[in-house]
This record gives sequence, structure tokens and C-alpha cells, in this order.
Amino acid sequence: MTALIEKETLIGKRVPKLDAPKKVTGAAQYIHDIELPGMLVGKIRRSERVHARIVRIDTTEAKALPGVHAVLTAADTPGVGLGHGKDNPPLKGDKVRCERDEIAAVAAETEDIAEQALKLIRVEYEDLPAVFSPAEALEDGAPIIHEQHPKNIPFTYDYHHGDVAQGEAESDVVIEDNYRLHFVTHCCMGVSGAIAQFDSEGNLTVHSQTQVPFLYKKEIAPVIAVPPEKIRVIQPVIGGAFGSKLDIYPFEPICIFLARATRRPVRVLFTREEEFLASPTRQPVELVLRSGVKSDGTLTFRNCRTLHDNGGYTSWGATTPFVIMQTISSLYRVPHCQYHTTVVYTNNPYSGSFRGFGNLQATFAVESHMDKLAEAVGMDPLAFRMHNAQQPEETTPQGMVFHTCGLSECLSITTEKSGFLAKHDANRETQAAPTRTGSAVKRGIGMASLLHVGGGAKIYRSDGCGTILKVDDHAHVTVITGSTEIGQGSETVIAQLVGEELGLPVSAITVINSDTEITPWDVGVHASRTTFIAGNSARGAARKARDKLLIAAGEKLKVDPETLDLRKGLVVRSDSGESLLELGKLIRSLHFARKAEVVMTSDYYEPPSVMQDSEFKGDVSASYAFGTQVVELEVDTGTGVIRILKVTSAHDVGKVINALSIEGQIEGGVVMGMGYAIAEHLIVKDGRMKNPSFRDYKLVTAPEIPVVDMHFIETNDPEGPVGAKGVGEAPAICTAAAIVNALYNATGVRFCELPLTPEIVLRGLKQCGGHCP
Amino acid sequence: MKCIKQEISFTLNGGAVCVDVPVTTDTLTMLRDRLKLTGTKYGCGEGECGACTILVDGVAVNACLMFAVDCHGRELTTIEGVQTEDGLSTMQRAFVSCGATQCGFCTPGLIMQGTSLLNRSPDISVEQIKRGIEGNLCRCTGYHKVIDAIATALDSNRSAPKEHS
Ligand code: FES
Ligand code: FES
Repeated sequence: MTALIEKETLIGKRVPKLDAPKKVTGAAQYIHDIELPGMLVGKIRRSERVHARIVRIDTTEAKALPGVHAVLTAADTPGVGLGHGKDNPPLKGDKVRCERDEIAAVAAETEDIAEQALKLIRVEYEDLPAVFSPAEALEDGAPIIHEQHPKNIPFTYDYHHGDVAQGEAESDVVIEDNYRLHFVTHCCMGVSGAIAQFDSEGNLTVHSQTQVPFLYKKEIAPVIAVPPEKIRVIQPVIGGAFGSKLDIYPFEPICIFLARATRRPVRVLFTREEEFLASPTRQPVELVLRSGVKSDGTLTFRNCRTLHDNGGYTSWGATTPFVIMQTISSLYRVPHCQYHTTVVYTNNPYSGSFRGFGNLQATFAVESHMDKLAEAVGMDPLAFRMHNAQQPEETTPQGMVFHTCGLSECLSITTEKSGFLAKHDANRETQAAPTRTGSAVKRGIGMASLLHVGGGAKIYRSDGCGTILKVDDHAHVTVITGSTEIGQGSETVIAQLVGEELGLPVSAITVINSDTEITPWDVGVHASRTTFIAGNSARGAARKARDKLLIAAGEKLKVDPETLDLRKGLVVRSDSGESLLELGKLIRSLHFARKAEVVMTSDYYEPPSVMQDSEFKGDVSASYAFGTQVVELEVDTGTGVIRILKVTSAHDVGKVINALSIEGQIEGGVVMGMGYAIAEHLIVKDGRMKNPSFRDYKLVTAPEIPVVDMHFIETNDPEGPVGAKGVGEAPAICTAAAIVNALYNATGVRFCELPLTPEIVLRGLKQCGGHCP
Repeated sequence: MKCIKQEISFTLNGGAVCVDVPVTTDTLTMLRDRLKLTGTKYGCGEGECGACTILVDGVAVNACLMFAVDCHGRELTTIEGVQTEDGLSTMQRAFVSCGATQCGFCTPGLIMQGTSLLNRSPDISVEQIKRGIEGNLCRCTGYHKVIDAIATALDSNRSAPKEHS
């Protein structure tokens, strides 16, 4: 063989997703599509009251209905609570605290029978006084939501560095604003569901859409009274998650209770209406931000207080202060900082984790203030941000170490490509122009930046991920990873990283990632960590296999393995590219040798980050992601309608691994951020959702999307896999902030509330609400 | 509850089908639960998301809004019937290569919608594509790559014959 094989890289290429063929043919099996023999339909009866004592539940009639196999209430369950506050028993026995509360469940032969049975359950309530605003829930004599928290405060958070009083004394300008961020929800296109099945030995298999299969086992175990070692979690293809499946919500243990009671497989599957009513929301926040600046444009301090509406129970929304305080303390250099959150129970819906995890809310406030402060000291928004931007190798007072930081580059490139400064000035000129003459449409341009974790987040003792890798006799690789695919494309990135090490195309690689009985441990898919953590782990396992193969090839060929490389399924001489040996042949020669051996490796990657201390300080991520977005919009001052024309974005991604999927993350993130800003609003009135349908909850549709001009800043993170950082959440984070700044640029009116729906915009333009004083 | 059934026959993905269905059943339920074709998705059940889009006589229809009995005598194509003898259809291939599918839940509906657009007018503009898929919600992609994919399929189909009618 004399063919010369050139080195070809998979990194940075536009590699289609490995699972795309099964998704475009309808062959992908979601939770909705799985059929198990004898499977029953599980349905949940919800409270419909927002705060009431349950006096009596009578299930006699429901149980007697032919085709009904089980009717369960709290009395049939251990009553152990779910969630971060362990305050949410799957079925409520004593009282209900919000509209969605689960009080009984049915397993039946068909959907119709199950629904009929639900209607036959008789419930007697005694209504209790309710409270729907966190401020009112803090007042003396407010209704108590959970008896063990008589002040309605399950958590508070306090952080500080420096001395804000000193910072304030040093300031030439101080401003303070109140921001109100609203309820929105994930709207995964695939509704929630689960399937549970017990075998005769009491082993439980759950088909779950969870984003955290291993934590899931541990957390659900006490709630269902099944030890974790008897629980197997199989993840079907997941129809969108965005954080919504980071926590366990009551329907999953309920499904398991029904399966245990009936000794049959049971599926609980939401309707769309139920999806709206009983899924988590994005954390609504009331935020007061006070910031100061010197006349030379140097930030002096930031003081932030928030009220978090916790709703009836505690899920991940209550922990968003972890992320909010990072942006407050460290998006820009702030010498003095104070932060406080009070989390307050109400009778509203409760919030979970949602792409960005509090950061959309924090960035909205911080970046609004950045524009205001710049104007106050007579600087343009770009120069002001540049002056205060974090730089590489900086350690923030909160303890985050920015080994790489592309914020300045992101600021430069987005403003340059969009022509920001010239447009910003020009639009300002026309702000005050009378609208009677000619068009009422004004143009605005605005910018905002972001900081987010990009190398995992050590909020558990391990933030690691495991990989098992085998190379078969025909040089086909199976990568068994702990990580979870939720559509973001992690399988494909993992295959690329493995292929890169082993000189194989992605078509020679299968990724297995959906069964806790098979896969090694991983924290789960959250905190934009999968490319970074699972990628490093996969790469570690691939490197071990590569070393093993090269050593074996060296022995066989009697050459120094250092001089060999793996390319296109062949062992080649690394300098000349001369092909020496087919990889499959090498592997077979190992396998069928006297001292038989097969190629199998494993790796567990633990990032070098640390958990925060009791003051919330510490280098919690192995890497940090930065980005800037410039938004150009049009607003009709006669109707209040906003059109987003263009978003110029730059993200410090460390290194592009898959151009196609990273573009997809940015485009999808920008549109989600835009929806948060101008379209989506889950209207909650007196604890009740008023618009639980796509007809009334407005998602952005295709004709409304802006042009997205994307730029990638490659800072080559030293710890990231081939230099990459996580970027899953980042693109959604600063879009709303850039939009509100652009709206100010267009109209001269600054808004402190979202969403910027036509009604709110018009009200604000008339100076009667929604705008900042 | 009395269940009134009716026998209907229609063409499904090129083959003849004869079933009896309750008169209240919608086409989506018949396809998924009765005929076990689970490629067509339930996203809302009320015509608001497009996940259930199928072709009826070549035109995109929300299967959740159509009574099953109204399929009688019609020609239905679902995502399972889009593949050609040589594998993926032009539209499917474009969705793969353009990165138009992430979680994939909206994908079958969008491919059917795209196929219907392509069948109706091979010369439509990007603006028309956007309007054509207005009723199909996607939470993952921001639609950019979906629009790319449909435009790409349109381009490569201009010279080639129609795949479905
Ligand atoms: S399921 Fe038919 S339009 Fe949503
Ligand atoms: S790809 Fe997830 S909804 Fe469209």
C-alpha cells in the first residue's frame, strides 16, 4: 500500500446530527410513541382551587367504573416531598396550594374511561384565604402557605464583596430602578409524559424524559419507596427540554404509584392544556437594582435586591439567585457589590429551571442600567462597556477565574458589523421627531452582553461524566456516555470528538446515551455543560483507545508508535501519511492473538472547578462563556407593535466543534430570547392561568424571525475539549436586554417590564406605566 | 356512552386501508392509536401547532382537526410515506443536511408542510416559505434552518419531477 493519507479534521465542520435521519422519517420514538403490552392510561385529577383544605375525597364511584384499575389518593402513598425544598408531595392530602395541585390519580384501560373516572372523584374543599403577590405574602397576617414556614420564606440568599456604601460615596452618578419580569413557560413541542413498569422482583423501569437520569434515581427513590439500585431510567427521544425536565414533578411518581398498584405498565401523558398548567415556568422576579459610576465611566458599585415568587412549592426557580448574582457581580468589573434575594411562597404556579436559569432576568436589569449609566456620564454604550469589561486571566471578587474571556472581541465585532454607533446616533436624532407627520414607525438599535457558565457548574460534589468506549473487529466504535441528548446535538459533538482522536468518520461511531443500566454516571444536561464535560470524558476514553491502538500497531510494524497516526480507518506514518495498516485488521489481530484482547476503554472526567463556599464565592465552572448581541428593531408608535429586524451576535464559544449545531443553538436561542421580550406571557390572575393554549400564549412564528448575523469568537479554552466552551443557554440570555435598549434608542422611553407587547409599549409611550420613571 | 362507528376506506401512503372508526375520532388519533403510525405528532390537538400536519390529496392538513370519517375516499400521506425508493426524499435530505431538526418533534409536521408547499408551487420565495410554515411551531431552531431546508429542497427539485401529489 502506498496511498498517502492526509490528515482531515472533523472539528469546525458542518456535521448533520446523527439522529436526524430517524427524526425526519418519523421513526424517532418519543414517550408518546412507546407501546408496552398491557399498558394502562394514567390520568391526574387536579385541584382547581388555589388554596383550600381538603375535607374529604371520595373515590368509590370512580373505582367502581368498569375498566378502572386503580384510583389513588395521598392516603395510598408515602407522602414524601419532591423538589429542592422537599415540600411537594406527589399527591396532596391535607391541602392544596395552587391551581395545578395533584389530588388523585386513575389508571384505566382507555383514555376515555380514565377521564370519566376522574370526573367521578368527589372532593370536598374548605377554601382558605390566598395570596398572589410576594410582597403581600410577606405582610403580617398573610395567609400561610406551608405551616413549617410561617413567614412564607423558604430561602434567602445574601452575597457581597467590597463595601457598597463606600462605592456609593465614590460615585458621581447613582441610579436605581425596579424591574418586573413575568411568567413564561418552556412550551416544549413534545408534551410531558412518563411510563413506569415493575417486574415481579419489584424492579422498576421508568421511561422518563428527565435531563438528569442519575440524580433522578437518587431523588425519586425516597418519594416512591423504591431503593435507587432497583430503578432503571430509560430516556426516549426527548421532544424539547430547555431545563423543564431538570426537576422531578408529581406526575412521574404518580405514574410509578399507579404502575405499582395495578402491576401493569402505566403511561401518564399530558394534554397541551395540562402542559401549560402543570409544567414549571421561568422564575418571575421583582428586582431592584442600584448602580453607581464615576464621571470617567468606571463602575463603582451594584446593589441588587430581588423578590422571587416561589409559588406553592419549591423547584429550581428558587435557586436562580446562584446565577443572577454572578451576572450582578461579575458580568462587568464591579468593585463593590451587594445582593439579596427573598424567596416567597404564594398561591401562584411554581417555577423551575429554564434555559439561562435566572440570567435573562439579571441581564435585562444589568444591561438596561449599563445603557442608562453610559448616557448619564456622556459615553456611548460601547465605549462604556469596553471600559468596564472583564478581561482574560481576571479573577472576579466572586472567585470566578476567566482563563479566557472574549467579551471585548464580542463587543467590537457586533458593533462593527452592525454599524452600531452611527445607527445609534442617527436613531436618537429621530426619537423626538413628531409622529403626526408621515410614518409612526421608528427604528432603534441596542446592545447587551452576557456572562454564563461554560464549563459546567459544580453544584453537586461531582460535576463529572463517564464514558465507556469500545472498538469492534471492524473498527466501528460504540461510545457509551452518561450524557443526555435533548435535541441540542450532544451525540454528534461526542462522535466528532471521538472520531477526531481515532481518525474515523462520524458514520463509524454509534453513541449510546439513554439507559442508566448501561451508561456511566453523569450529573445531567444543564448549565451548558454537556459539550465541555461529556466531550472531555469522551475524548479521554478515545485517547486511551488511540494510545492502545498505536502501541499495538507499533509493535506489529516494529516502529516507534510516536511516528504513527490514525487517519480514515488506517494506521499511517504521521509525517508522510503513508498508509501502513487497516485499523480493523489491527484490531482483529489483537482479538485473535494467543493473548487475546479487545479494545475497550473508559474515562471519567471531573472538571477542575470547586463548589461555592457559604458566601457564594468560588470558581464554580471550569470555563465561562461571554457574548454580545446587537438588536435592530422597528416600533410602530401608533400601535405599539415591535418588529425585530436583525440580531448581530457574537459568542465566545472557545472553539467551534460543529458549525451547524452551534448556529442552530444561536438561532434558536435568539428567537427564544426574543419571544421572552416581546411575545410570550403566561397570564396568571389570582393564581389561575388565563391562557393555557397556543392560541392565547403567543410563540414567535416563522414570519416574525429576524435576520441573525452570527460571529464566533474562538478563545481556545485551555480546559475545554479542543478548546470549546458550552454555549447552549448563552444565546437566549441577552436578547431581551438588547431589545429593551433598542426600544429606548427608538423612542426615548425606557421600559422596566416585560413582555413588550403592543399594550405595554403603548402605555409606556404615553408615560402611563411599564416604563422606568 | 354509546359509540357509533363507521367504516371508511382511503389510500394511505400508497396502500388501500379499510377501517371502522368511531365517528367522533379525529384523523390524528386514528393514525397514531389505530393504525400505529406514530410519526405524526400530537402537539396541541386544536390546530395551533402543526405537529400533526399530513397531506390529504396532496395538501397540508392538521390531522387533529379532521374527523377520521372525512378521510373516506381521500388520499393520505404521512411522514412514513414520504421516503422514496432510493431513501430519504429531497425534503427529508435537506432537513438533515441543513440542520433543520433539533429535538425533532416538530419535524414530521414541517416536512409535510414543506412538501405541500413544494407540490403547490415550485417557485416560491423565502417570504412565502415563512408564511407557509407560519402554523408550524418549533421551539428549538428559531426556524432559520427549517426555512433553509425548504428552500434547498425547492432548489434541488426545480429540475426534478414532483415526489408527491
Ligand atoms: S396537534 Fe394538530 S395542530 Fe397541534
Ligand atoms: S426541533 Fe424541537 S420543536 Fe422543532
